[in-house]
Amino acid sequence: MQNRISAVLVAVALSCAATGFASAQDKTIKIGVLTDNSGLYSDLGGVGSTLAAQMAVEDSGLAGKGWKIEVISADHQNKPDIATNIARQWIDVDKVDIFMDVLNSGVALAVNNVVREKNSIMINTGAATSDLTNAQCSPNTIHWVYDTYMLANSTGQALVKAGGDTWFFLTADYAFGAALERDTTAVVVKAGGKVIGGVKHPLNTADFSSFLLQAQASKAKIIGMANAGGDTTNTIKQASEFGIVAGGQKLAGLLLFITDVHSLGLKVAQGLNFTETFYWDMNDGTRAFSKRFSERMKNKAEPSMVQAGVYSGLVHYFKALEAMGGNPHDGAKVVAKMKEMPTDDPLFGKGTIRADGRKIHPAYLFEVKKPEESKGPWDYYKLVGTTPGDQAFRPLSESVCPLVKK
Amino acid sequence: MATMTDTTMPTTPRAIHDEMIAFGIMTALLLVVPLTGVYPFFVMQALCFALLACAFNLLIGYGGLLSFGHAMFLGTAGYVSAHALKVWGLSPELGIVAGVAAAAGLAVITGVVAIRRQGIYFAMITLALSQLLYFIYLQTPFTHGEDGIQGIPQGYLFGIFNLSNPIILYYVILAGFLFGFLLIFRTINSPFGEVLKSIRENEQRAISLGYKTDQYKLLAYIISGTLAGFAGSLKVFVAQNASLTDVHWTMSGEIVLMTLVGGLGTVFGPVVGAFVIIAMQQYLAGFGQWVTVIQGAIFVICVLTFRRGVIGEIAHYFRRSL
Amino acid sequence: MQALYAQLLVGLINGSFYALLSLGLAVIFGMLNIINFAHGAVYMMGAFVAYFLLNVAGIGYWPALIIAPIVVGIFGMILERTMLQWLSGLDHLYGLLLTFGLALIIQGVFQNYFGSSGLPYSIPDELKGGMNLGFMFLPIYRGWVVVFSLIVCLLTWYLIERTRLGAYLRAATENPTLVRAFGVNVPRMITLTYGLGVGLAALAGVLSAPINQVRPLMGADLIIVVFAVVVIGGMGSIMGSIITGFTLGVVEGLTKYFYPEASNTVVFVLMVLVLLVKPSGLTGRAA
Repeated sequence: MQNRISAVLVAVALSCAATGFASAQDKTIKIGVLTDNSGLYSDLGGVGSTLAAQMAVEDSGLAGKGWKIEVISADHQNKPDIATNIARQWIDVDKVDIFMDVLNSGVALAVNNVVREKNSIMINTGAATSDLTNAQCSPNTIHWVYDTYMLANSTGQALVKAGGDTWFFLTADYAFGAALERDTTAVVVKAGGKVIGGVKHPLNTADFSSFLLQAQASKAKIIGMANAGGDTTNTIKQASEFGIVAGGQKLAGLLLFITDVHSLGLKVAQGLNFTETFYWDMNDGTRAFSKRFSERMKNKAEPSMVQAGVYSGLVHYFKALEAMGGNPHDGAKVVAKMKEMPTDDPLFGKGTIRADGRKIHPAYLFEVKKPEESKGPWDYYKLVGTTPGDQAFRPLSESVCPLVKK
Repeated sequence: MATMTDTTMPTTPRAIHDEMIAFGIMTALLLVVPLTGVYPFFVMQALCFALLACAFNLLIGYGGLLSFGHAMFLGTAGYVSAHALKVWGLSPELGIVAGVAAAAGLAVITGVVAIRRQGIYFAMITLALSQLLYFIYLQTPFTHGEDGIQGIPQGYLFGIFNLSNPIILYYVILAGFLFGFLLIFRTINSPFGEVLKSIRENEQRAISLGYKTDQYKLLAYIISGTLAGFAGSLKVFVAQNASLTDVHWTMSGEIVLMTLVGGLGTVFGPVVGAFVIIAMQQYLAGFGQWVTVIQGAIFVICVLTFRRGVIGEIAHYFRRSL
Repeated sequence: MQALYAQLLVGLINGSFYALLSLGLAVIFGMLNIINFAHGAVYMMGAFVAYFLLNVAGIGYWPALIIAPIVVGIFGMILERTMLQWLSGLDHLYGLLLTFGLALIIQGVFQNYFGSSGLPYSIPDELKGGMNLGFMFLPIYRGWVVVFSLIVCLLTWYLIERTRLGAYLRAATENPTLVRAFGVNVPRMITLTYGLGVGLAALAGVLSAPINQVRPLMGADLIIVVFAVVVIGGMGSIMGSIITGFTLGVVEGLTKYFYPEASNTVVFVLMVLVLLVKPSGLTGRAA
């Protein structure tokens, strides 16, 4: 109900106040960053996502070519109903062209409906559920960074191969947790492992003790954490209090972000395996961007993959609009154009967007460094494996998305 | 013990006359809203909350019972209507009937438990009951927990009115609101309403006069809950979703706040209060959690200095009943 | 079996918080006839004061156990002096509404500055680690919470039921005019009582910080469960609220073991059952 639209307005200087262009194509763009600005996911998205959007606008140089671009952001508080209210108002009243970030799978699926109904655009970089490009796929939505299928495929398989053949799931009780548990279960079973139980916990839980006790009692080798952000870091911290890791069970973080590792500290997080599609210290391109990014963050944080995705997604969006010579304010048409063009940016490298809206790029399996291996702040990851883009995500042959022609 | 509301005046022909004029003005204003360019979504939402607050007011303003759990009716009816529309594919009118029936059933069950205590205990019990329901809805599959029910089809009312047209939807919601409002108005001014008021003023006397006060209170509770459910069902068509927000205790608190601001025990107070609070949330949305702080401050100010509410103060000033 | 004992322990810990909070509510209700809706908010403030003490002033857990309840208690007394006392003579529901408003303000302010996710507050070094008791693994801090709350509850009970000050308190509840006639300053006593009740909540907040983290909304949902506890126990007796608090915690723990899905709701269901059988609550007098 209380849709909080933080009026973070970043009007980018317009150079063409003159009316000379009026007869040409419309060159105004309004970008809405819809994210969690105050809750358990605010570190991995939040103001960092808005900053990434601003940087994409600045780096595009479009202002100099007569474009007028505005970035606004709002806090959806992880509530789908608040998010849809904001989304509707953004489209109807504020004339927002494109939704960025939209983390939290429940929120993303809800906004996905509104965006399709009103022919807007969503480049989702924050939500995990693979349904966004499968059963719920939409001609107005691109799923940019990662999804539950790819996490399960990469991390799940690696863990079963390493001997973790019995699993117990600790699952965040909403769309995301359900999707991640479902997709991971499929991978575990396929690889010959067994799921022997699970428990669901409410989103944003403080005390995990009773859930962890259930996990402990199950005697499963792997406790799969199908949760994220603050929920995952809480689980990991409290597991040590009840002697779970010391008792021989292994915690598997199916979705971890660099901001989570930062808040856990290397001493607690060391040795964890998980999958991401972006790490700030991959190559010169990522390092250059991340340096500029962290300098502008209040806490000097390096970008998470969600925030990096906002930048990368907008770079491609701007390219498509430039190619079209103006903004047609027609969501499906712009998305179709974006799917036609190959993607290329310094953060995710070269890639493509599939018919179902899935952005394709490699997935990296990381391991968290030991404290003595780390050379400085935010030096946290070791790369242990890479899955090429064409194998990382759900193959189109398994897709039920109606946009995929078979 | 001073009662919560001492602003209502005896129902006289003149009072009813005043109220009819006020009703005419309100209806006329609401009828022209779509022409003014105000965001219709906002007004429709406010109308749903206005009806909800009126239903709540029936209980506190005329029955003296403060429910701190009225969100449970809003949310229950919303979920059931949403499920009926989306999963069972019922028509809008049947979807509303299903939601209202569910709220009525819930009101009967919780009413039997809650009216066993009065005053603060009644408030705490209704609060606890609604929290019980909140946890049930958090876990039952049909509500989809945190995700809520999304993308609810609006459909054609009676097979004719296309509810996905904002203007048509607006008038349908307005008609629903006016229907509920008049029903409450009628209830207040009926013999039943008079007995309720006498129970509020002095329950012992009403008992000694031979009234079975528990039955009257239960009936008032059921009417209030059912109408609150009606508001919840209407809201489904506006918001096109049903979610946990509507069953959470913060929502119950907002209902109390709307009524308190407008004026407890006044006919039009809850409507004004609902518009004030919804407008505040809308226009102060950019200030993040300060909205909550402001709401709290309004509570404090109302309780300390402004107990009659907006309409109550106006009515008191003109010595009229509104 | 090990899991059962462990869940019982978790239940006892929650029970400690229920007991401390419902005890404070009962003390306040006895004296002011107000249901303190802001109780959850002051519980949260207790945790935040401990957090600030540690992160701003470098003052650790042990001093915080004493300082936080005093600071928050004083804050409560100011509220009582400036606002609550103006409500005497009005319907008790106004007290509920006023304190509800206060709760919104306090929680909203903290949410503005700290968001809604948790801030870490680590367990003091002396209480870190755990013991393997053979039948279960006992984290030392959690054991400490149970023992310490029990002691505080019993001390409060002793203070009110067995000391001279407590006798004044109880007498003032029954008949304030008469007590005033004996030369006791009743308004000051009311203020002190409110401070005591609020201080107990803040103490619970400090105890809870290392377990539940420090969050602006940590008390918001808890307080509703505590209301149900109070309805079940009735507000008539101090010992009643202590026993009910711990018992319901244990019942919740048992539910977590035997039927986890119902663990959120079991207290509320019990409340309904008690209301159907004995509307005045287990130990309460008719209201």
